[in-house]
Amino acid sequence: MTFSRRAILPAILVAALALVPILAPFLQVVLIFALMKGIAVLGVTVLLRAGQVSFGHALFFGIAAYAGAFLAASPFDDLVLLVLAGLVTSAVTGLIVGIFVARYRGIFFAMLNLAFSMIFWSILEKFYYLTGGADGLRLPRPTVLGMAFERGAFEDILYYVALGLALLLGWFVIRFLNSPIGQLYQTVKTNETRLEYLGISPRVALIKGYVLSAALCGVGGVLMATAQGIVTPSYAYWVRSGEMVFIAVLGGAGSVAGAFAGSIAYELVRTYAAAFAGDIWQLLLGAFLLVIILFAPGGLVGIYNSVFDRARGAAGSAKRETGVPKKPAEVRS
Amino acid sequence: MNAQLFILALFDGVAYAALVFMVAVGLTLIFGVLRVLNVAHGSLYAIGAYVTVSAGSAIIAAGYSPVLAFPLMLVAAILVGVVLGGLMEKLLLSRIYDRPEVLQLLVTFAVFMMLEDVQRLVWGNQPYFQSAAVNLLGNVELFGVFYTSYQLIFLPLVALATLIGLRLFLRRTLTGKLITAVTEDREAAQFIGINAERVYLLTFIAGAALAGLGGALASPTTSVLPGIGTEMIVLSFAVVATAGLGQIEGAAVAALLIGLGRSFAVYLYPELQVLVPYLIMLLVLLVRPEGLFGSPAARKI
Repeated sequence: MTFSRRAILPAILVAALALVPILAPFLQVVLIFALMKGIAVLGVTVLLRAGQVSFGHALFFGIAAYAGAFLAASPFDDLVLLVLAGLVTSAVTGLIVGIFVARYRGIFFAMLNLAFSMIFWSILEKFYYLTGGADGLRLPRPTVLGMAFERGAFEDILYYVALGLALLLGWFVIRFLNSPIGQLYQTVKTNETRLEYLGISPRVALIKGYVLSAALCGVGGVLMATAQGIVTPSYAYWVRSGEMVFIAVLGGAGSVAGAFAGSIAYELVRTYAAAFAGDIWQLLLGAFLLVIILFAPGGLVGIYNSVFDRARGAAGSAKRETGVPKKPAEVRS
Repeated sequence: MNAQLFILALFDGVAYAALVFMVAVGLTLIFGVLRVLNVAHGSLYAIGAYVTVSAGSAIIAAGYSPVLAFPLMLVAAILVGVVLGGLMEKLLLSRIYDRPEVLQLLVTFAVFMMLEDVQRLVWGNQPYFQSAAVNLLGNVELFGVFYTSYQLIFLPLVALATLIGLRLFLRRTLTGKLITAVTEDREAAQFIGINAERVYLLTFIAGAALAGLGGALASPTTSVLPGIGTEMIVLSFAVVATAGLGQIEGAAVAALLIGLGRSFAVYLYPELQVLVPYLIMLLVLLVRPEGLFGSPAARKI
């Protein structure tokens, strides 16, 4: 019963998102980026479930975006093919990197991912005759299922593609995390030696999750490249990775709904705050990240749940996860 | 590659290794004692460099002797250590020692994000350059190659002194022994009356000061500009991971390995210059996941 009530607000939000291009077109650009980033943040979320944080997932975001840009320059420049190319490229890269990094946990996992993404970033910058260097590559507007569209119509289509993929992939990740292999992640987080004694390989489980997380970042990246019409090395820079981790923690570490709640809140604030706080944007992010970690570790979803629990009275206090939502509650508006 | 280029690459590598070692040893010291990887370590390095360059330029512009550039480096390092390091440990890290590793990483990462912007706010985007210290020591000829004495003699000597000094400090002095005791077993150390919190604070300040000193020492040899901190944290992590987390002597060996690898790449395959440190790290970790000198951690069930 609680679940269904709790789902009311998310359901309203999804419906509102679907109506944005009709009712509030001025929000469309912000929200399309939020949805695409949200898909990428889902990837970080999968790993956070296993207690692992990656400071280098922009690698997959970037590599898929570049794959999309290369394909868009060929005769096969269709949106469906671009997304598929991004998905496959990032998943394959994820498998290669994952086989290596899945041996590590914690600090090593985080920093090796950072090292891989820095390598990729410097390749993008150095091999400019292939990648366009710091200027990046243009990604001309692709056709959709063979049909060419005007700019406005294409943006509407892209918006609904992003929304549809966000829902589809969000649902898929929830299913994945509830599946037997997803359940293992809870144990990878707490005590994976026990898993091994059960005859289960936590490494294989983590590699699978890693490929999924890379593919999610890739889909987000290739969509973002299509929406922006250009890919630059900043797609793969550590700032982007940091942003993804930030959004995941903001929304609620390890929560699928949180990935999107976080990215929508983040993009809305960024769009309107960056105008007068552009110089100190990372400073604000860092400070805010500290506040969330120290005072509201459940993120936006945690706050939502605790507000809900409080409204329903006593029952909720038993499983209190977050601190007093005094300051962070302002974030939601 | 002729003999002269070989010697040049060798010198480059040694000079570079000395700098990287200074930063990496601070990182590994902090990790060894606090069990926290300080992602903001690279920012401390960058701020050390910025402080030295701008204060050095101001001193020289005011007409004082450029010799002051050397004590200034120490001052900058201590400032970075006490002010930034001290504040960071007291205000943030001391709250999260019992929290999961991921959260500790996120906290230092948040500080890293903040400090990167702070640098940009204070010093802007333009590069700074102040090489009074290098010019002062002049050049030296060795094996038919001219090289700055600062990089060839001064930097390696400082690095060596740091290595030996740290070793003696940890083994021979009371404070050093207390630090070693807390590293071995925090709870047992507290039982016998060691103030672990103070040890943590002191270690973090020392580690941060080493990062600042690394930046201060690097500043006369290179342009100081945004992004050097990011590059350094990844590089010094590569050194620390190659050596094994918490290994001080190992960090020296790994720094040499990576410094030389990088400088030879500069002459042989310039495109690979950035990649070589990571390739070395990845190769070492493939064979020995705990690093060259690390020992596998005991597994708890």
